[in-house]
Amino acid sequence: MLSRVAESVYWMSRYIERAENVARVVGVNLKLEIDLSGIAEEQWDPMVQVGGGHADFRGRYDGPSRANVIEFLTFDRQNPNSVVSCVAAARENARTVREIISSEMWGEINDFYLSVTAPDARDRVRRDAAEFFQQVQRTSHLVEGTKNETMEHGEAWHFTRLGRYLERADQTSRILDVKYFLLLPSAADVGRPVDDIQWSALLRSTSGFEAYRRTFGLVSRESVVAFLLFDRQFPRSVHHCVTRAQVSLHEITGTPLRRFGNEAEQQLGRLVAELDYSDPGDAIARGLHQVIDGLQHRFNQVGEAITATFFRVV
Amino acid sequence: MRFDAYSTDGFYDELFLDDGSPRPEARELVERIEALSDGELTRRHQAAERALLRMGITFNVYGEEPSSERIFPFDIIPRIVSRTDWALIESGLQQRIRALNQFIDDIYHEQRIVRDGVVPAEVVHSSQGFRRQCVGLNPPGGVWCHITGSDLVRDRDGTIYVLEDNLRCPSGVSYVLENRAVMKQTFPTVFEGLRVRPVVDYPGRLLRMLEEVAPRRAARISVAVLTPGVYNSAYFEHSFLAQQMGVELVEGRDLVVSDGLLNMRTTRGLEPVDVLYRRIDDDFLDPTCFRSESVLGVPGLMDVYRAGRLALVNAPGTGVADDKVVYAYVPEMIRYYLDEAAILPNVPTYLCWRESDRKYVLEHLDQLVVKAANESGGYGMLVGPHASAAEREEFKARITAEPRNYIAQPTLGLSRVPIRVDNGFAGRHVDLRPYILYGNEPFVLPGGLTRVALQEGSLVVNSSQGGGSKDTWVLA
Repeated sequence: MLSRVAESVYWMSRYIERAENVARVVGVNLKLEIDLSGIAEEQWDPMVQVGGGHADFRGRYDGPSRANVIEFLTFDRQNPNSVVSCVAAARENARTVREIISSEMWGEINDFYLSVTAPDARDRVRRDAAEFFQQVQRTSHLVEGTKNETMEHGEAWHFTRLGRYLERADQTSRILDVKYFLLLPSAADVGRPVDDIQWSALLRSTSGFEAYRRTFGLVSRESVVAFLLFDRQFPRSVHHCVTRAQVSLHEITGTPLRRFGNEAEQQLGRLVAELDYSDPGDAIARGLHQVIDGLQHRFNQVGEAITATFFRVV
Repeated sequence: MRFDAYSTDGFYDELFLDDGSPRPEARELVERIEALSDGELTRRHQAAERALLRMGITFNVYGEEPSSERIFPFDIIPRIVSRTDWALIESGLQQRIRALNQFIDDIYHEQRIVRDGVVPAEVVHSSQGFRRQCVGLNPPGGVWCHITGSDLVRDRDGTIYVLEDNLRCPSGVSYVLENRAVMKQTFPTVFEGLRVRPVVDYPGRLLRMLEEVAPRRAARISVAVLTPGVYNSAYFEHSFLAQQMGVELVEGRDLVVSDGLLNMRTTRGLEPVDVLYRRIDDDFLDPTCFRSESVLGVPGLMDVYRAGRLALVNAPGTGVADDKVVYAYVPEMIRYYLDEAAILPNVPTYLCWRESDRKYVLEHLDQLVVKAANESGGYGMLVGPHASAAEREEFKARITAEPRNYIAQPTLGLSRVPIRVDNGFAGRHVDLRPYILYGNEPFVLPGGLTRVALQEGSLVVNSSQGGGSKDTWVLA
């Protein structure tokens, strides 16, 4: 397929996934706000940190109030990672590859855009913010499901998977990083209900709470790290995401797994191997923040290798 | 919802006779619409508009920010073309396209028609679509104008005229297909029992034609659609046609000439292209051959074409016949090349470079429509009876300064079709753009784009000038 088209479907998927993750993080915080009222201060500041737009936010807003953070993360077009910016970017990419994606899928993406940019969107958030962010998540799933059921599972489809899973791996690691930093237990906090509620909220923001319970039972720091970084079956864990991305990458090229024919396969293969042979005790001992920083650096390298291998070929 | 209050106001109406009764071919449609309640028709109309917006069937408005997309206004009352009218249109357009194709081929070879004194040499060489670079070229199969969208209008007395031949990159066929799709989805009952000829097979026919004109025979011909990009006003159509044909949609930057072939840059390296359906003008195709500053095209593309290793659709240079002065000679071309009389007449045309015609035009500006010879889209046009004195003076000066660039035609009382308005129906002027494909044989799609001037009394139907469209039903 055309390099330009491959690049567009890849980014289209990444942006949809990014919009979904913003909605997840905000949606969970809205619920947390209710659970924690009277126990702890509201925590809207970390929401900005997840997306990495902290400096920009501080420059343009008068403080991390709920309203400000929601505006910044949802509607602010100057923030490239706001829901509206991501959905608009996904749609622009989709528009340039309409002949490749199915009509049904284009219809869903276009509807997504029309819905988050509708004149009444801010009103909908004011009336029922939780419902709005749930709707964003549902729409992202609708796009994904429509894609899987209407688009042929060929090269273009695998590029969408590659984009979607790499983005998700990146987002999950960011969520874990920010929350972990906040939740570093001080001696006084250990075992207090706030702690448990916050860890549960972290799991819920990845839709992982129920799956976690079935696997690990009670919430503990090590187990949450084990689950979100290393679980092989949970669809939002970093390990699961990078192995899925790897499968699609090798479907695109035809290279057998565990071998590599280009830089992208080499980089991603190394990352998968590293996750294959790591454990949460190690990660915590080495310092989780450093481990996640390392992961994000690797995600960037993989992204650059994909660009060089497929999008800038000749 | 009743048509009782509807009046044809002395115009030819495509659905109604002067006495207010429906034409025989429209009777069943009118009965069906009248059986609906007012609210029902409004609901169907809104559902159709929503479907168009969701499908993203929009065009960009130039001069506004890129996000400014509008749906092409759509009216839910279809326009009907009777079987007999269609037979005339179909044979007339097939004849016209054969003659025009012979004319273009002749102009780039011997110019017999010029030497025999039928068309003046200066008319040909001053046509803005004439490309010296194309002299002596032989497009595969001898076909130059593969895709044409001629505009037809009907005058007060019912005569159907050809208003102009759009031979370069006629657009709008995607609206024909999507209008029908939307009507079938939102208003299925209205089709029942009426034998409306399908248009849905257009992309298949287009693909077959593109494969027919390929420079080589192979099991798998590589076809691509070339677009200027996502900000072009017709981008939706480019991607739609590529999608429906299952071929690549490419931009200039996706293409490169290598080893004497035109290639696409793919994730697996270079892959050759046999047939390029290009939706960019000649001038932008190849900066080494045409305009050197063009960034939309592909350097060296014309060398591949000249070497016979690529088909370009339409062939470069075809625009020589897409000039309103050349247009005036089409009936003579039909007689000259085919030895036949034109089945569809031209609108009588005054050529301002002829002194006697110019004198008449300048004296009768208040009765005529004046058009720039090389403009399209309703730009550079004066509708005399509707123009102010100042506008007429301005055109007088322009015509005197550049007579070759202007033609004039009598103001036709364009036929009308009812549209849905707030409290009933009202007649609005329409034209009809059928699409003709020419590979081995000319094929006219039974349907076409009915453009409608939504403003009361307006005669300008172009989408850039506030026009809308209707589904067009050719009856079997």
